[in-house]
This record gives sequence, structure tokens and C-alpha cells, in this order.
Amino acid sequence: MQRWLPFVAILFSINISKAQQNGNYGSISGDFNLNVQSYTEDLKINAEAVDEYILMNGYSNLRYTKDNFLIGIRYESYLNAIEGFDSRYNGNGIPYRFAQYSINGLDITVGNFYEQFGNGIIFRSYEEKSLGIDNVMDGIRLKYSPTSGLTIKSFFGKQRLYFEQGEGIIRGIDAELNLNESFTQLKNSKTNVLLGSGFVSRFQESNNPIFNLPKNVAAYSFRSTINRGKISFNSEYAYKYNDPAGGVTENNYAPGTALMSNLSYSERGLGIILEAHRVDNMDFRSQRGATLNDLTLSYIPAITKQHTYTLAAFYPFSTQPMGELGFLGEINYNIKKKSTLGGKYGALITVNYSRVNALNGGNSILTETESHTPMFFSVIGEDLFFRDFNIELKKKLNRKAKLTTSFIDMIYNKDVVQGKGGDIHSRIGIIELNYKLKPKHTIRTELQYLSVDKNKKYDQDSGDWMMALVEYTFAPHWFFAIVDQYNGGYIDYDQIEHEAVHYLNLSCGYSSGTNRFELGYGKKREGIFCVGGVCKNVPSSNGFTFSVTSSF
Amino acid sequence: MKKLILILIASISIMTSDAQSKSFPKIDLKTLDNTIINTSSFNNEGNLMVISFWATWCKPCIKELSTIAEEYEDWQDETGVKIIAVSIDDSRNMSKVKPKVNAELWDYEVYCDPNGDLKRALGINTVPHTFIINDKLEILWQHSGYKDGDEIELYEKIVKLSK
Repeated sequence: MQRWLPFVAILFSINISKAQQNGNYGSISGDFNLNVQSYTEDLKINAEAVDEYILMNGYSNLRYTKDNFLIGIRYESYLNAIEGFDSRYNGNGIPYRFAQYSINGLDITVGNFYEQFGNGIIFRSYEEKSLGIDNVMDGIRLKYSPTSGLTIKSFFGKQRLYFEQGEGIIRGIDAELNLNESFTQLKNSKTNVLLGSGFVSRFQESNNPIFNLPKNVAAYSFRSTINRGKISFNSEYAYKYNDPAGGVTENNYAPGTALMSNLSYSERGLGIILEAHRVDNMDFRSQRGATLNDLTLSYIPAITKQHTYTLAAFYPFSTQPMGELGFLGEINYNIKKKSTLGGKYGALITVNYSRVNALNGGNSILTETESHTPMFFSVIGEDLFFRDFNIELKKKLNRKAKLTTSFIDMIYNKDVVQGKGGDIHSRIGIIELNYKLKPKHTIRTELQYLSVDKNKKYDQDSGDWMMALVEYTFAPHWFFAIVDQYNGGYIDYDQIEHEAVHYLNLSCGYSSGTNRFELGYGKKREGIFCVGGVCKNVPSSNGFTFSVTSSF
Repeated sequence: MKKLILILIASISIMTSDAQSKSFPKIDLKTLDNTIINTSSFNNEGNLMVISFWATWCKPCIKELSTIAEEYEDWQDETGVKIIAVSIDDSRNMSKVKPKVNAELWDYEVYCDPNGDLKRALGINTVPHTFIINDKLEILWQHSGYKDGDEIELYEKIVKLSK
């Protein structure tokens, strides 16, 4: 804190004196977020009470900007952190503060910054507050655009670990070149080409008494994006040098690789996407041995569809950075208005398929000391991690009603994603109906059913689930919702018997402009909660929740 | 430390107490063809612009943009308003933005903010989040979240602010 205050003070005084000269005072903006939850014991769902009765997470960002100058801070408060968040989020602090200035194509940031190179395979520093993820960098970043079409980014920094920092010092440089903007001959070309390359290295002292660990390790990547009319192709290849296998072992120096590519075709009314990726030993972090969501440098996006309906997201897959081969295909098609199938208003149909399996013979880290080279491509006979076929139809029925139906057939390898639980084959059906009662009054219902395959070939996990939701909204201020998830009881993987239970939840909210208040009461089930392909496990709970968000 | 922060906040508020409308931040975004566009180049020949933040995985966002799409032609005829949809999808879903926009038949200008730079600069907690800005890139109104019928309030604001 003391280290950066004089700096900010100087910038402020410069700024104030400048402002007084020209009468431009700049502008200030910010946002606020508060979550409070109470906990009561509920043995039926394994929910525990907490000694504090209630827990609270809150934060507020404050930014001041004038012309090309920007400063910002974030105050965070965990008194104490809500269940499901790491207990190292503890107390109050200002873990985020920065000053940024840009002039003639040069952009300077000192303090904290979020950044990513390309698709983020070798470096992505980002935040996902609802999951408790914030691996922001602290250091110095320069971005420079010497000519049109060329951008160079570089940084030195350490990474945030709750209210502390990881041990590693991270250095990175990345260049991106848009050929069409850089070369006048290509300016009018129908094909648009973007090339990029990045390099990231980590320095960390090594004082391991047994092994002579490398102090410096690194990763690089090459990428390209090509657009021509309706077609777009994007690919990136990354390679990681002798990092002693992240958190897995300290005596295996196999390199890591990742290759991802996607091809899309789209025209009015139609969109087609094909994607593939292969990942091998690509868990790259800013400190040796860090685990879970801590101190990640590499971000390998999951290749599967991001489901949003509650039961469709019951078994969410997340990328296995140690090794996987995955594919995705998706078609979005708009059935024309006034056609036989489309009816008066037309309809939107989405078909999606994805599949992820293990690398041939496992990844490069075979054992503590042995490496091996898996075949580049092998699908049949490999351990299946995840498979998902789903179809969704969205249709306006008349002036008042809109219908969405969805069917999902999914296989989820719980052993791989969560450590144990076997293979679960589930089929999920969803119907959502939106009905406008009056112009600003709408009632929305969701009915969902998840059925697990009872065939002995598969594990039953927690059996079948059903869910019903009714939501009433009165724009622009109010909403009321009641939702029930029901499970008929089951015997779990460890042979423990669970009774039938209703997870009933009531909630209401008021919003005005950018202020939102929400109050809820009820039971929440234990489960994996994901945002953007990154997940955390949330324990079951019973109690009140209250949240406030605001921005100005 | 607390005192210093208070001083900081106080000095900011003194400095800005005189400030006029808040200006829209100048941040680089990506176009659907992967070129870079700065928000300072947003313009609509003197008419208002609606900047709507969304994501391919955000149901209320898609509902909001689809509902507006049904009335967009009328809105344009009556007020000249232009809608700019900014996707905050990261590298997992960025390639799905263009196919999604095409399949939904949206006639909006669409840009991507994959690193969340603009989202952070505007203090957006959750999507959808909608702004009305004028040609001088001043923020006139903003709203977070979407409920069915919210588009009515949005349009009332556009009409009122267009005058």
C-alpha cells in the first residue's frame, strides 16, 4: 500500500493542476457488489450451520479517468467468506490498484492488470468473482502499437493468490500483426489475416533438497486467424518447456503442448462451427505445485457447450489440462418465417455435439519419472471423458407466448472430472414457456427432468432429478420466483443412503437503473458451479441470501 | 491507510463534482473480422446509440437482443437509434459469436471484448447491461439486467433523450 501511494499522489497532483488549467475534471465511475448468506443446519441435505450465523462477500471498484489517464482500486471484504469460497479470502484489503496512461500508441500500466495472449493458452490473467477466481498480475505492463496493424505487449509481474502473491516472477511478450492493416497492397484483399506469437517465462527460486529444479521455465505459442467472407478459421499452437509437471510430480520434465483450432461458416440465418483441440501436460502456473484454481497462467477453454439450464448444467465438463482430445460441432439454423416448419414467426434450431477423450495411452507424464509420447490422434478405444449431444428449438408461438424446448444426451466421466463417481449417462428434457400477461407483466415457467441411465454399464450417481420454476416479472422493477428441485432419494457411490428431498427456493428482486437487490430463502443442493468453463464445488446449504449490486 | 483512502476518495469527488456527463471510456475492441476498433470511433450521425453487453451463454441477454430485434426497424425509423452489441465472450465462445448473430438475424453492429477491458472500465458486474450514449460519447442512461418488458422502458428513454 505505502509503496504505491506516493506515486498516485504525484499523478493526482499533476492531474489536478492540469485540470485547473483547462476546466476538464475527468470522470469517476465505480461499482459495488455485496452477497450475504445465512446458514442453518439441515441434516437431510447435509447442510451445516456456521459459527458466524451469516457470512458476507463484498467488493467495490472505483475508477477515475481523464483523457488518456486512468487509475483504479478495488476494495474487497470477506467477513467471513461465503461457503464454497477459499478460506484464504479472509478479512479486508485492497488487492487491486493500478494507474494507466496512453500516449501516441504507447500504453503504460503500473500496478495490477488483467491480460491475455491470444486465446489464453500460455497466459491469461482474469477474474471471475462469482467463483472466487482472481489471478490478476501485479507489476508493469507496456503495450505499444508502432504502426497500424501491429501491437506488442510485454509485462513483468507476480500473480495474485488470495490476499498474497505467488512466488514466481512472470515475464511475457506478445506480438500481433494484422497483415491487411500493415501492408497497403493487402488493404482491399477479401481475405483478412491476423498472426500472433507470445512467450511467457517464470522464474522461481529452487531450494529442493533432492532435485535440482530449473529456476526458469517457459512456454511459447503461435496463432493465426483468417477470415474470408463467410468463413473464419482460427488456430493456436503452444509449447511448454521443462516445467516439472505443475502440481503432479517434481521429477518429470516432459514438455507440454496444446493445439486448438476452430472453423466457422455463417450467413444470415445460418451458423456452423467446427472445433478441435488436443492438450497434453499443459498445466502452467506461476508457482510450482500450485493446485485447483490457484495461480493459473494457462487457460484452455473447455470445448464443450456451456449449458445454462440448471439440470443441463448438472454435470459440467471442465478441460483436463493434463491431457485430452476434444471435438465440437454446432449448427444454428433459423427456419424462415411463413414456411411450413417456421410458422408465422419462424424458429431457431440449434444442434450441438461434443466429445472429449483421453490421449492415447495417457498423457506425457506416465509416472513420477517416466515420460511417454502419446499418439497425436486417437479416438476409438480411448477413455471417454465426456460426450454431449443436444438439440434446442426456440419458437415464438404468438404475440404473447415464446417456447424453448431442449433435449440433451450426455455421458460424464465423474472419475476424471471430480476424482470419483464413475461414468454417468444422463438424458435431460427441458421446456420453457414465456407468457406475456400484459406489456410489462410476464410469467415464465421452466420444467426440467434429468434421468440417469439405469443400465449396469453406467453409474447412477444421485439418480433422477426434476425441477420446476415459476417466475413472475413486472418490468422495470420487480421479479418473484419459486423453484423446486426434487430428488427421489438414492444410494451414493460410497453406499450411503440419501432420502428423497425437495430443494425449495423462493426469491424476489427489485431493480432500478443500475441498482439491484435480491432476497432469497431456501435449500441449495451441493454441486459444481461453473462460469465460463471454470468450476468450483459449492456445498449444500439452507438459509437466506441477500445481494446488492450497483454501478455508477 | 484508511485515512489515505478517504483522502483519495475525497479528492476524487472534489475533482469530479464539477464534471459534466460521464464519458464513455476509450477502449480497443475486436470486430467480428478480428480487426481492432476503438470505442472512440462509435458514432451515429447525431443520433443516440444503445450499447448492450451480452454473451453467447447469457439467456436474458439473448432474450433482450432478440426482443429488440423484432422492433429494431421501427425504433430506427422513429428515433434513428443504433444498437451496438458488445460480446464479453472469452476465447471459449468468441468463435461462436458471429454464427450466433447471423442465426438470430440480428442487424446490430457487434464487437467483442474478450479480455473484459471495456466491461471493467464501465464497472459492469453482470450481463446484460445496457447504456444509452450520444454522439459525443456521453453516457446518458444505463441499466443492468433484463426482464421481459424492460425494452419498453429502454425505448421510452430513447424517445425522451432523442428530443
